[in-house]
Amino acid sequence: MSPSVNDRVAGAALGIAAWLCGGISLLILIWVGVEAIPALNNDPGISSLLGDAHWLPGSVREPQFGMLPILAGSVLVTIFSIIPATVAGVGCAVFQRFYAPKWMRTFLRRVLELLAGIPSVVIGFWGLVVLVPILQKWQPPGQSLAAAAIVLAIMILPTVALTASTALKNVSPGLFRAAAALGMGRARTILGVALPTARRGIAGGVILAAARAIGETMAVVMVCGNVAQWPGSIFDPIRPATATIALEMSYATAGHRSVLFALAFFLVLVVGAAVGWIAFRKPSTPHRR
Amino acid sequence: MIGGAARLSRNDRLLGAAGGFAALVVLVGFGAIVFDLFQTGTASLSIPFLVGKVENGGRAGGIGPVLISTGMILLVCLAVALPLGTGCAIWLSEFASKIRFARAITAGIDLLASVPSIVFGLFGMVFFCRTLGLGFSITSGGLTLACMILPIVIRTTLIGLSGAPSNLRPGAAALGLSRVSTIRHLLLPVAIPGVVVGTTLGISRALAETAALIFTSGYATRWPEGFDDSGRAISVHIYDLAMNVPGGAANAAASALVLLLALLFINYLATLLADRWLLKRIAPTSE
Repeated sequence: MSPSVNDRVAGAALGIAAWLCGGISLLILIWVGVEAIPALNNDPGISSLLGDAHWLPGSVREPQFGMLPILAGSVLVTIFSIIPATVAGVGCAVFQRFYAPKWMRTFLRRVLELLAGIPSVVIGFWGLVVLVPILQKWQPPGQSLAAAAIVLAIMILPTVALTASTALKNVSPGLFRAAAALGMGRARTILGVALPTARRGIAGGVILAAARAIGETMAVVMVCGNVAQWPGSIFDPIRPATATIALEMSYATAGHRSVLFALAFFLVLVVGAAVGWIAFRKPSTPHRR
Repeated sequence: MIGGAARLSRNDRLLGAAGGFAALVVLVGFGAIVFDLFQTGTASLSIPFLVGKVENGGRAGGIGPVLISTGMILLVCLAVALPLGTGCAIWLSEFASKIRFARAITAGIDLLASVPSIVFGLFGMVFFCRTLGLGFSITSGGLTLACMILPIVIRTTLIGLSGAPSNLRPGAAALGLSRVSTIRHLLLPVAIPGVVVGTTLGISRALAETAALIFTSGYATRWPEGFDDSGRAISVHIYDLAMNVPGGAANAAASALVLLLALLFINYLATLLADRWLLKRIAPTSE
């Protein structure tokens, strides 16, 4: 039976919608990439981006575009947020799966989901008016790498905890029966069987969370202090790539503007690679099930 | 779940205590954030605040125009993302005859889901505002957000469609139903829960978004005169008051509370709908 005219028209229309949706990411890469070309080429050029000592894009006499401190800010804030988020998130998932009574299990999941739904600008605002003053009394100036890391850790913890919880749930019950038959206690079963078996799922959640942390803008820009420098301690202000884009794009021109687009392009590549890597990892090793 | 152990050993209890402590930190942290926001926000929150115009850069007055702009941005976003996303999902699930094409499109959508919001902002600024000539406008902001929530809408619709019984399609074909009628009368009703959940999750993502809107829909605080006018969303309002307006903290706190309450409600609704309709197969709102 050949398809009717109606079917062909509908199929074509839906196909156009599908290709449009799939093509948007390509549009983004092209449009952002084209704007970034001058920065990588000669205005100011890669040697300047990597070689200049400072980030002084607005200087009239001799603008400098050393973006290494900015990239370092992005990496540091991601590392310092992912460590506490992983410890607390996995701990939370273990408690929820293996220790909590049933009602608390659901309650905890609901709270994590609500926490995940708090918008970044609101968490950033909370960090600015509550967290930063506390840090300021203890370790001035308050707006710092530490503040940004804490705020980010709060934001990404639900991602880690919820994916870890799902991964632990998917551990096959046969393994638990085998562990019980061997006389393993609860802690040994969790540490020796459940967590190793679920490690791929947990690692996937951690990488997703890290990708989110490095791409987060609003929460970070409000608490990180926004000084483009190599931080001497975690209580020094920093300025990650996202914050730099958000703060400077409104007035940047020519080469400076192109550098900001290069930063954005770089972010897409890093985050896309991380997420793509999770999606296309090889299937798990056979001994898993 | 873990069998056997009638009595917990010391190690078992230690691990439980460590995990319980982590859970307690999360609960207390969440409680503290919500409590702080309530405490700082309720002072300025009132009906006149919700409907009044923005005065003195946001220090005084209300957030009426901001709420209207937010609603208009959301309207543009949904008007584009819903038909496009649903159409894409139906094509992927029902029409894509070549697996290569379906894979390419799915990869594109996955990549789209991973793009950081500030990059959406830059893309919207050069593509919608400049290349398409829409300028800093509510339309540009809404279209940028539409790109952002498309992956959510597509994924949830696909999950909804995958719930259709597998004998539905050959059954319809045996009755001589055209594909259009099959989709309209059999598959769409099955997919509607997915679309509804996707819409709710999309709204919550769009409402929470700030970075993508700063460079697309702009900062204007007047009552928006049309979709081609600039208008600031509530999240941008919070950011601007907190960062750039000395003395704006009180009204920023009240706006943050409004946004937080709206989102908690919408997210709760989404979880409820997802649990009931989609048999818990939708990923939690982690973005």
